[in-house]
Amino acid sequence: MKVVYVNEEWCLGCHLCEYECAFANSGDTDMVRALKDREIFPRIRVEDGENDVHFAVNCRHCRDALCVKSCIAGALSKTEEGAVVIDREKCVGCFTCVAVCPYGAIMPDAEGKAAQKCALCTDNLMGEPQCVKHCPNRAIVFEDRG
Amino acid sequence: MEPLFVYPEYEIVRDRESCITCRVCERQCANEAHRYDEFNRKMLSDSTKCVNCHRCVALCPTHALKIKKSEDTYKLNANWTGDALNEIYRQAGTGGVLLSSMGNPKPYPVYWDRLLVNASQVTNPSIDPLREPMETTVYLGSKHAEIVRDERGRIKDTLAPQLKLKTPILFSAMSYGSISYNAHASLARAAEQLGIYYNTGEGGLHRDFYKYGKNTIVQVASGRFGVHPEYLEAAAAIEIKMGQGAKPGIGGHLPGAKITDAVSTTRMIPKGVDAISPAPHHDIYSIEDLRQLIFSLKEATAYKKPVIVKIAAVHNVAAIASGIARSGADIIAIDGFRGGTGAAPTRIRDNVGIPIELALAAVDTRLREEGIRDNVSILAAGSIRSSSDLVKAIALGADACYIGTAALVALGCHLCRSCHTGKCNWGIATQRPELVKRLNPEMGVERLVNLVTAWTHELQEMMGGMGLNSIEALRGNRLMLRGVGLTEKELEILGVKHAGE
Amino acid sequence: MRYVIIGNSTAATFAIEGVRSVDGEGAITVISEENRPAYGRPLISYYLYGKIPAARMNYRPASFYEENRVEVLLGARAERIDPAAKKVVLADKREIFYDKLLVATGSRPFTPPVEGLETVTEKFNFMTMDDALALEQALAPQTRALILGAGLIGLKCAEGILHRVKELTVVDLAPRVLPSILDEEGASLVQRQLENEGVKFALNDSVLRFSQNVAHLKSGKKVAFDVLVVAVGVRPNVELVRDAGGEVRRGIVVNERQQTSIPDVYAAGDNCESFDFSTKQNRVLAILPNAALQGECAGKNMAGGKAAYLGGAMFNAIGFFGSHIATAGVYEGESYVERGENTYKKLFYKDNVLKGFILINNIERAGIYTSLIRDMVPLDSVDFDVIKRAPGLMAFASKVRGEKLGTRRER
Repeated sequence: MKVVYVNEEWCLGCHLCEYECAFANSGDTDMVRALKDREIFPRIRVEDGENDVHFAVNCRHCRDALCVKSCIAGALSKTEEGAVVIDREKCVGCFTCVAVCPYGAIMPDAEGKAAQKCALCTDNLMGEPQCVKHCPNRAIVFEDRG
Repeated sequence: MEPLFVYPEYEIVRDRESCITCRVCERQCANEAHRYDEFNRKMLSDSTKCVNCHRCVALCPTHALKIKKSEDTYKLNANWTGDALNEIYRQAGTGGVLLSSMGNPKPYPVYWDRLLVNASQVTNPSIDPLREPMETTVYLGSKHAEIVRDERGRIKDTLAPQLKLKTPILFSAMSYGSISYNAHASLARAAEQLGIYYNTGEGGLHRDFYKYGKNTIVQVASGRFGVHPEYLEAAAAIEIKMGQGAKPGIGGHLPGAKITDAVSTTRMIPKGVDAISPAPHHDIYSIEDLRQLIFSLKEATAYKKPVIVKIAAVHNVAAIASGIARSGADIIAIDGFRGGTGAAPTRIRDNVGIPIELALAAVDTRLREEGIRDNVSILAAGSIRSSSDLVKAIALGADACYIGTAALVALGCHLCRSCHTGKCNWGIATQRPELVKRLNPEMGVERLVNLVTAWTHELQEMMGGMGLNSIEALRGNRLMLRGVGLTEKELEILGVKHAGE
Repeated sequence: MRYVIIGNSTAATFAIEGVRSVDGEGAITVISEENRPAYGRPLISYYLYGKIPAARMNYRPASFYEENRVEVLLGARAERIDPAAKKVVLADKREIFYDKLLVATGSRPFTPPVEGLETVTEKFNFMTMDDALALEQALAPQTRALILGAGLIGLKCAEGILHRVKELTVVDLAPRVLPSILDEEGASLVQRQLENEGVKFALNDSVLRFSQNVAHLKSGKKVAFDVLVVAVGVRPNVELVRDAGGEVRRGIVVNERQQTSIPDVYAAGDNCESFDFSTKQNRVLAILPNAALQGECAGKNMAGGKAAYLGGAMFNAIGFFGSHIATAGVYEGESYVERGENTYKKLFYKDNVLKGFILINNIERAGIYTSLIRDMVPLDSVDFDVIKRAPGLMAFASKVRGEKLGTRRER
């Protein structure tokens, strides 16, 4: 299955992916309208460290996903292809998933009421992962590595 | 008086309506032209720090940024231009030589743009490269072969070593040091994929790139940096750099700041100390001396590798080329005055040398007249901007062309001409690790391969249009060119007729 | 192959998925005492709180049982396992024959022996949806509610019903709230937040006796109430296995493959013991993720697969009125503490590994800490100074990070 992989060697820490993610999942068609003067809550987050080390982290879509096993509401599930997705209608915001994800890739949403996570842009109208599409240095790729 | 404020030449213009304060511009500007005002929650820009490299413009997700030519002006004066005044202010302040990068930007005539290409109509049908063979492969090297037979009457192979190029394009000499590791990696890998060559410049060859040796031309220049037997052995060809189009008559100067550990190892010079390439080779004061070096290098590599001699296009270029063609060189590379550089004194770059178009035509004509054109292949360099420049260069007599600036532009260079600052925001002309990583060779290779592939397609189309199906048929075929708006003298040197003739 | 599962909650659901991941053919029968498809048990408080309607509480989509070809016997109580005949006898005397049996019976509320408890008419447990629905019926705006137990269940119940009652008191023998998962400082923060919402506490106290609508506390206080919720703890449902001759200690004893000591009988979930690798002892780890992992493991093994459940650690994520708490592991060794106005973080480490943590209102990326505990990551292999301040992958060695972000791992 194709998932998003990150190669820190090429991550510049520009944080564009975060903004593209926030826009992609805003439901808006205009980035300025969607993001101007707003705090963003992207599903991909860049970690910035010393010595200019940067990398983005988003859902790894684990084969045997702990978050799915831990969800008290059955809101997290795997699609047939193997992507881990969340049904926000079912999520009650207990954030057990946040506390089990070894990558720190699930987080409270903007309202803090439900969890949110990367669904590889299958849950918006973008058609392909926008973090990948807009990464200026191909540090984020969408590949099937088995 | 000091420091005298000079209003920046370019201004950063931010559309506040569109700016979402994502701070990408701030994070991506090595010149720190952008910053975030925490208190007012908005981005601020300082145009005085901007080098107009367009990194922020290209990456701004909402396209809220543009760079404008400043409207600030001194009292208009056709003679004492703003540039002229500013340069004086700067020199009056520093007492130093002005430095510049990349090619001569002054409005000298561009002869490529005064030359037009022919096409077949009716009597000599054009060729459709999509349906019929269209050979772009060229072999570089001396074609001067006598027919010699062995005792059993079989023909002996006396052909000098040749470089095979799948398309008549090579990547110009750009040293590791002047450009980054990743830029080098991109050029090397692209050359391998394309079946062409890249050139180390005089920066030596990084160990990691020995594996691309089959597609590498190594340079031996006046500083002799990084030259050792293994280096010569690794390459497909060796280039002796006598001169460079951007700075004829002077040497090179790589500032110590760019001499990192890896650059120092590769060049075999001390770390952090300025690397000076002398203006002349201290062992070459005549064609005979040059011949000695050529044969030293051939001797060192068992006569298996062609030797290129690269010169800047200067006034006596035809006579010089004639000498080189007799010196044992296999290939002559001529670099015109618009060729790029990582750093050159501004006055030299902008005022020394001659246009490649005229130099190329003069050399080709001269070697033909002397009957020694086949002794050497000719490479033209110095601002080949497109496949049509390439076609015209070949028609003027080039076997192939070096492209440097065009390759860098493909890698992201926006010609801000600030290479000498070492803070290239595109990760090309820099050794700072955080900037070097901005050029992912995977993308670089792809873009270079795309560019050369595109040019090759265009080259094939133009050749087909002329009814030609091989580079040999185009080379020196000046009948395929016509000049527009050129003087008799220019036409004479170029060896082309005027349009309409 | 006939698979029979007693119980129909988390472990059972994952067991069904486990079986089907290996065997698409065999017959699966689920014996469910409750009269509804599996739902998220912990959701009952969210239901009362109004966060989720009953219709969305199903643990799996409506088509789940049909798609997996599971026969569900709703409202059916298993009375006895006959391991010799390989059958389960139901309370209504029906007999269900199995080739492989999973006992996923969970636990039941513990009712303490308090004098006069029988005189209380409106008393409830808080385990099942039926409990929640019954409790809901009993609540009115004028209701005074008393909850016995300031543990996870008692406090979630308190959150769920507070806005539906006039007054709410929580009594616990322990001197602090959530005594099993919080230390004193963390508990006082949580208690303060709950008190700000209007919950009253009688801690370090207990009910000596009930006389109808009044609880007489040990401290001498009297609490008048209309509705009583008993949430002092749970007991694992081990009887079916014990009576069939299976080994039981505090919970049903199982091996790594979730097999009980009775051939072809498996157990998973809150009714059985598992290895707690933070205490290095077997104990009942009555938490949902554990039930899921054990259930899946059991299901795969029942169907002939090879799965092992090697153990887990105590872990909880809970929250009240918008606050969020995550805790894990054991609280021993040295500690690192960060306090904010409304936040609290305490990490416990010993012998070069993270042993446990308490996080209150700063749970972002807490899973990274959980993974340090679970994977027993040597702390000298990470930059602990960095990670203790903020959980992140930056603290790992670049190579480890490369693997985490550049390969698709199991979990």
